[in-house]
Amino acid sequence: MSTDSTKLAFNDGWQYAPAPESTDHIQIDDHYGLFINGEFVAPEIDRYFESINPATEKPLSNIALASEKDVDRAVKAARKAYTGVWSKMSGADRGKYLFRIARIMQERAREFATIESLDGGKPIRESRDIDIPLAAAHFFYYAGWADKLEYAFPARTPVSLGVVGQIIPWNFPLLMAAWKIAPALACGNTVVLKPAETTSLTAMKLAEVFRDAGLPPGVVNIVTGAGPTGAAIVNHLDVNKVAFTGSTEVGKIIQRSLAGTDKKYTLELGGKAANIIFADAAIDEAVEGIVNGIFFNQGHVCCAGSRLLVQESVADEVVRKLRDRMETLIIGDPLDKNTDIGAINSAGQLETIESYLSIGQAEGAEMYQSDCSVPDQGYWCRPTIFTGVSQSNRIVQEEIFGPVLAIQTFRTLEEGLTKANNTPYGLSGGVWTDKGSKVFKMTQKIRAGVIWANTFNKFDPTSPFGGYKESGVGREGGMHGLGAYLKLEA
Amino acid sequence: MSIAAVPNDVRMPDMSQVALVDEVGVKERAARFQTRSIKKESKIEALQMVLSMIDLTTLEGMDTPGKVKQLCQKAIHLHDAVPDLPHVAAVCVYPTMVGVAKKALGDHNINVASVATAFPSGMAPRQIKLEETRIAVDDGADEIDMVISRGAFLQGEYGFVFDEIAAIKEACGKAHLKVILETGELGTLDRVRRASVLAMHAGADFIKTSTGKIQPAATLPVTLVMLQAIRDFYYETGKMIGMKPAGGISNSKLAIHYLVMLRETLGSAWMTPEWYRFGASSLANDVLMQLQKQATGVYQSADYFSKD
Repeated sequence: MSTDSTKLAFNDGWQYAPAPESTDHIQIDDHYGLFINGEFVAPEIDRYFESINPATEKPLSNIALASEKDVDRAVKAARKAYTGVWSKMSGADRGKYLFRIARIMQERAREFATIESLDGGKPIRESRDIDIPLAAAHFFYYAGWADKLEYAFPARTPVSLGVVGQIIPWNFPLLMAAWKIAPALACGNTVVLKPAETTSLTAMKLAEVFRDAGLPPGVVNIVTGAGPTGAAIVNHLDVNKVAFTGSTEVGKIIQRSLAGTDKKYTLELGGKAANIIFADAAIDEAVEGIVNGIFFNQGHVCCAGSRLLVQESVADEVVRKLRDRMETLIIGDPLDKNTDIGAINSAGQLETIESYLSIGQAEGAEMYQSDCSVPDQGYWCRPTIFTGVSQSNRIVQEEIFGPVLAIQTFRTLEEGLTKANNTPYGLSGGVWTDKGSKVFKMTQKIRAGVIWANTFNKFDPTSPFGGYKESGVGREGGMHGLGAYLKLEA
Repeated sequence: MSIAAVPNDVRMPDMSQVALVDEVGVKERAARFQTRSIKKESKIEALQMVLSMIDLTTLEGMDTPGKVKQLCQKAIHLHDAVPDLPHVAAVCVYPTMVGVAKKALGDHNINVASVATAFPSGMAPRQIKLEETRIAVDDGADEIDMVISRGAFLQGEYGFVFDEIAAIKEACGKAHLKVILETGELGTLDRVRRASVLAMHAGADFIKTSTGKIQPAATLPVTLVMLQAIRDFYYETGKMIGMKPAGGISNSKLAIHYLVMLRETLGSAWMTPEWYRFGASSLANDVLMQLQKQATGVYQSADYFSKD
């Protein structure tokens, strides 16, 4: 193993000049109303909240705060559209609308990517190459299912549910909207969707797409606001199903309030995934997988590989290479095409992350952060790893939702497996080994909904996604995702 | 692969311990470098760096002293219309042209590199390869670009290949040795990694992808695997080894992405002609055109740039 004398130097010499994506081509209004019954309307009570750019802390727009009455209007519009139009329409015709929406999203991809990065802080490379194309892909995928539902469930008659209430998080705003809306519409339901309060803008742009696609009024309604608006959707008596993606804490509240009702629900909640590196893995590619696992989207990923379990004989090598790789990560302006790590989504989230950095150090773990400079304005967190952590540490047990990795070692496969499963969560996991048999052995025994082998954080509309244990209930995506939006009658 | 960092201590590495490569992951990482957007002053700096790292090459059966002299002239005077351009790192020729090149380059501080060891196939007995190397060095070659015996390597005769590289290294004397792996014939990235490790332990000063005579020549994934091998060798021994992708890099944008990959894999210490070269013949003019465009805002006709 090497010493400081063989440390590689990444921060001097040739540097990349700023390469910011232009904002000339986008239009953000000063105020956004609610999208109800195919129109942008003012909220019943004249209340708006600011949406800010987390990279500059400057306001971008004012978003309507939907009250219980607004939610009621939205649900009524959705019910009317459901009984009057959408539930009667043929699957083929519903599919046509979905295809049209997907195509318009592709045409406006650059605009969506730029706004997503402005509003949420994620690097433009990710919004441009991952979020937006994948969001369009979900509409394309479910458009194809709209007229083939009976083939997805042989010998059963699939029937739509009615009005579905959907509440989505701030980490992948447009993508989560697509995950939720596309299958719901393909299955013949109508929608009331609430984006997260820090990232409403692309949802409002998506509303423009629905309008431009000629989607019948009321089929999708978008109400903006914070927790109380979400609660109003969950508790509305005329909502038939609730789909929520967000924290386990809020998920539990929702599950409690749904107990005793006949509403169906799917919950996609937190995670604390283990990325397990065996000594016989291709180490350089595994290191890349660790980086993609925890530093993708600033670690604001429910399925992030936030725990690294590395076999002890290669632990020093992996940590050394990881540190060198971290030095090459560029943190800064989300709109710069070379930025790898953007801004933390909100002041509140930054506070949470920083409190965990203190907790980790207080628990005795050794913290390492890369050397890169961060801007003065905005919310930033350098890529961070903790070594010398134990299974009982809070930074190992609790979801941090930031670019913070807890590193542990293991000796035997069984030890690695035990540590991987020893958490209340079970959303995802990663296994790195050159040996196929070991991949199968591990993937069968890790209790998590998604497990990647020799890769991490790969998403595709055809693949189901969802959690075990406190990571959630139900599956979204793929054919399984259809079942969440249908009653299957004999 | 625990070889002590003693100079000239050449010992065969344990080939069963060579790091594994995951091809899917390597390709994904290589593609990621190509998403870097290099603009403005960083682009100009990169283009100048590329020029200074070029081994201007002519390796044709129909090469003549006249052609080699012209190439040397180009090496010294890349494009005098643009002031303050660097000169290329070296001129790369066949052994019979070393004397001509040496004379033509005079004291301009441009190295003469000679291919040797029955380039490009390497299909000759060892004593002939050694003799050819000695002749090229005696005629004044500063650098020797040898090819490995791919047949032996693919048969698993690692010892044979190792001994051959070590013997050529000895024959090089003061001349630097670049070892061409001819990755287009190795088939897998695991073999590329293994050949890199073998060459470095046997005494290579540089490892080089290709002869340029076989397709595919240099690619980003292959070069990444070799850079990773160089990095791990440096971690272990503290010894820096140079890298030369050769063949197939004919435009500026791609060359810049090779530099991005170098920067983010080995860091700034490698970003000089001492440690990194491009083996190319047509790349220089494309870089010159780009530099001219950066200066004037418009592209000029290719006829304004000398073709040698």
